[in-house]
Amino acid sequence: MSELANISAIAPEIVLAIGAMALLMAGAFSSKTASVSTDQIVETQHESGMIWAGIAVLALACALIFTLPSESQLIFGGALVVDSFSQFMKVLILIAGIGGLILSFDYLEGKGLSKFEYPVLVLLSCAGMLLMVSANDLISLYLALELSSLPLYILAAFHRDNLRSSEAGLKYFVLGALSSGMLLYGASLIYGFTGSTAFSEIAKVPALQDGVLNVGLIFGLVFLLVGLAFKVSAVPFHMWTPDVYEGAPTPVTAFFAAAPKLAAMALLMRVLGGAFSGLSDQWQQIIIFVSIASMVLGAVAAIGQNNIKRMMAYSSIGHVGFALVGVAANSQDGAQATLVYLAIYLAMTLGVFAGILAMRRHDLLVEDIDGLSGLAQNNLPLASGIAILMFSLAGLPPLAGFIGKLYVFSAAIEAGLYPLAIIGVLASVIAAYYYLRVVKVMFFDEPKEKFSPVHGKLSLIMGAAVIFIIGFMVVPSPLVQAATDAAKSLSFLK
Amino acid sequence: MIYIAIVFLPLLGALLAGFFGRVLTARGSEIVTTALLLIAAVLSWIAFVNVGFYHETARVPVAQWITSGELDVSWALRIDTLSAVMLVVVTTVSSLVHIYSIGYMQDDPSRSRFFSYLSLFTFAMLMLVTSDNLLQMFFGWEGVGLASYLLIGFWYKKPEANAAAMKAFIVNRVGDFGFALGIFGLFFVFNSINFDQLFAEAQMVALENNPKNTIEFLGYQFDTLTTLCLLLFMGAMGKSAQFLLHTWLPDAMEGPTPVSALIHAATMVTAGVFMVARMSPLFDLAPVALQVVTIVGTATAFFAATIGLVQNDIKRVIAYSTCSQLGYMFAACGLGAYGVAIFHLFTHAFFKALLFLGAGSVIHSMHHEQDMRNMGGLAPKIRTTWIMMLIGTLALTGFGIPHLIGFAGFHSKDAIIEAAFAGNTPYNYVFITLVAAAAMTSFYSWRLIFMTFHGKTRAEPDTFRHAHESPWVMLIPLGVLAVGAVAAGFVFKDFFIGHHYKEFWGNSLFEASNNHIMHDMHDRSVVPKWVGWLPFGAMAGGFALAWLYYIRMPWLPELTARIFRPVYLFLLNKWYFDELYDWLFVRPTMAIGRFLWKRVDGSVIDGTVDGTARSVAWATGKAVRLQTGYVYHYAFVMLIGVAALLTLFIRSLLMSGGPTP
Repeated sequence: MSELANISAIAPEIVLAIGAMALLMAGAFSSKTASVSTDQIVETQHESGMIWAGIAVLALACALIFTLPSESQLIFGGALVVDSFSQFMKVLILIAGIGGLILSFDYLEGKGLSKFEYPVLVLLSCAGMLLMVSANDLISLYLALELSSLPLYILAAFHRDNLRSSEAGLKYFVLGALSSGMLLYGASLIYGFTGSTAFSEIAKVPALQDGVLNVGLIFGLVFLLVGLAFKVSAVPFHMWTPDVYEGAPTPVTAFFAAAPKLAAMALLMRVLGGAFSGLSDQWQQIIIFVSIASMVLGAVAAIGQNNIKRMMAYSSIGHVGFALVGVAANSQDGAQATLVYLAIYLAMTLGVFAGILAMRRHDLLVEDIDGLSGLAQNNLPLASGIAILMFSLAGLPPLAGFIGKLYVFSAAIEAGLYPLAIIGVLASVIAAYYYLRVVKVMFFDEPKEKFSPVHGKLSLIMGAAVIFIIGFMVVPSPLVQAATDAAKSLSFLK
Repeated sequence: MIYIAIVFLPLLGALLAGFFGRVLTARGSEIVTTALLLIAAVLSWIAFVNVGFYHETARVPVAQWITSGELDVSWALRIDTLSAVMLVVVTTVSSLVHIYSIGYMQDDPSRSRFFSYLSLFTFAMLMLVTSDNLLQMFFGWEGVGLASYLLIGFWYKKPEANAAAMKAFIVNRVGDFGFALGIFGLFFVFNSINFDQLFAEAQMVALENNPKNTIEFLGYQFDTLTTLCLLLFMGAMGKSAQFLLHTWLPDAMEGPTPVSALIHAATMVTAGVFMVARMSPLFDLAPVALQVVTIVGTATAFFAATIGLVQNDIKRVIAYSTCSQLGYMFAACGLGAYGVAIFHLFTHAFFKALLFLGAGSVIHSMHHEQDMRNMGGLAPKIRTTWIMMLIGTLALTGFGIPHLIGFAGFHSKDAIIEAAFAGNTPYNYVFITLVAAAAMTSFYSWRLIFMTFHGKTRAEPDTFRHAHESPWVMLIPLGVLAVGAVAAGFVFKDFFIGHHYKEFWGNSLFEASNNHIMHDMHDRSVVPKWVGWLPFGAMAGGFALAWLYYIRMPWLPELTARIFRPVYLFLLNKWYFDELYDWLFVRPTMAIGRFLWKRVDGSVIDGTVDGTARSVAWATGKAVRLQTGYVYHYAFVMLIGVAALLTLFIRSLLMSGGPTP
């Protein structure tokens, strides 16, 4: 394959990387003049221009993905793979990136955080995530993972004058380093026992040798999975999530809840389905365990939260558990269900965080759930939008959240995983409690002080999310069809 | 067209009065429903003459109803002599009861509702008697049950009325269970529930070498027709208040008296008899089932009469009398004399409705006093009612000159007794029991008359002074019914049971080739002359004894009651059936209910739900406390997770006899 074909196949990533560097240059040179200037307004306009530029780069990358051929092709000697699965996930990740940037405008301005590094970091992280989705080799996996993670550590601590934000960044970094270490250890074990780093070669090594399980390979798999489970914040590798979600600036939290999870989930599916399809009996056990633990803990622990960002952290843990139900099914239906679920999850997450950013009093975010009381009397459209999103998160029919759960549970049942499906349904019943509590507080509790008006960009995101989750039950086929195509291209189904 | 009008005019009336009662006003509802029913009654008589005498049977399709697999049921009116007779009975009595109710219910605030229910009942009853298949019959069957429930509980503020309504409904459920099973079974065997197909194939199924002759259930072989007929008869027992399922009928007297006359005397309770007669092509081929019908009917005729001897509530006496007379009808059916049974049903409708409406008139004049111990000497005060009641009693007791002429009951009831003799049952038990029951019928009927109208009054002086004759609107129906009670017997007997009976009934009743009872009962060599005189003697004896007890020596009843105290109490408490059922069914059910409520629902289900909520709250507390905020705790949890997963695999390796170190 010619170099040109290689490069054109990863054009989106290249665009992101070049865009990030260009923005960095532009920011570095223009901020020198800005720091001399005393005119604050000019600077903020300038910085919001940087965010717009970041959005434009992401949108361009997104557009480029649609120009790629849909059949799968190996590039750079098999280090990366581009197929319809990677295209599907990359589009979702870029949408998450665009959404995260749109949510940032007013928040960053309000906090005085408008720095040109912000969109640069988002772009770099997105580039890493896109590479993660395409990774087809242990080395490219690790590099992509680190490329996406390092900017995230910085983003978590972006509000560096804020104690909680710095703490969040530090915690994330330390624990992330630990998980990276374990992942590397796992990768080295796998290399040692298979003699290759390429997924296709690893897949050729049988799980059983002379009737005995390949222990080294399994240990390697466990450690590798731990690293990925940390990224998707699955229990018991989730501990960082509530603290980081609460401490990080809210738009960053929105971005965290959406993009890295999608990328890590895609990588997980690729690794399990591609490199370790022969060990499916083994990894299925791990995934089932992690999935159940995540669903149950996500449901149970969220009940005790009064901070809506912490609550959403546990909510995201629970949703990862639900998405993993589809992975555990180890089938094409399961993969398709997970992809549909992730797309719906992305829409709900962006919508809810837009709602969280919109709920402000005296220009301060209201993060306490009790503080939301009487929102319906103050701002009925906002309250209704959040209510619909909460209903969807809780999985109430006929909203998209329900259909997503229906997909993953029916995939689990078809695979014969009845206990998993039953526990999942029970967990979603428990989880419904805290989602509905938010609705109850907004609609039925005594109103407190008035809320500040909502910024237009936030209502744009939330409106889009609400239209998606309502529209999905009317016109589900485009998304479902795309997910089916993507699932087909995953190799473990062949 | 005329048939459709007969059936649907009452429905129209019910809908008008029910939904537009407010617009029509109470008076308007009365007029609309009554007028529509009068039209239906006139049309019914025309239909009766057409069908009965000119043999114009018809099958009027109304609508396609259900087509599902092999089940093909269309809604059609089956018009033959049997249904024509029932049409006449139902619409005549119903229209008279409508008229009567205008007077009887004049003070009631919700008359629209009452008349709507009455018309609804009439519609359901007409639906039942004109049914062309079992599903339609079941529809009518349940429809009359519903209307009966609504009307018994019409005075829903009275707790007794509500209890009675529920009792009627629940006891009927037991019978309906059997009826429904019978219908399912018939469909299972015949693949159809349309009468024409059932009747056509019944004889094939009765043949012994037919594979459908027996059905297997729980490994036992049962005769198909016997089993299915018994199940159907179970429904008839419930609806017609036969022995063991009779307990609801006396309680149903809590409803307004016109309701008792219409539903619980003349029409609905006879639905069971009608059904057996309608299904005669099946029953006549199932001799064992017929024997059961005879035994139950005879037992009811006797047992209800014994209870009637000592009851003090004027309506309950008549209610037990009804129960007893229904027993006569079933006994006749069981012997194969379906025509005789329907003839008694026909005459009974007139005189029993007359008695009920007369009793209603007495109650009306006595300001809703129903206890006969507080009556007496009313004859001069309410002379017309008294005469009407006398006619009714003469008809019920079967007064007449043997082998010549008499009141309605004379022709029909004595025919049943003759058929019982001709039926030649073991020890002639049917004949003997029915004659004994006739004597008791006479006694309790005259007891009622004497206690109510004769002797010195035992009423409150005030009530007695204000006792007044009922208005004309109530007396006219009494008069019309009295004409029926006098004449229905000798006018129609030749057609119903006499020499023309075969032409009259046409194909609507069926007699198997070995069923000669209709012929035998007229054969002097089989039924000697004295058999005709015996019921007359019983009737006269009963009258004499009643006269002795309640006119000549009024202290005698109390003395008798004291001497035969256990017997008296046994009868007064209706053979302790209510107590027995209470102990046998109600209490255990309540106990099970209480157990399920307190233990299962309260402890187990609520406990599980509350416990789940509590354990979730507990787990939440733990999960939140786990989140300490210290990085080394978090890292520790991660390492524990890795260790757990690795242990899982090491364990499974060891289990599978993994690598030796």
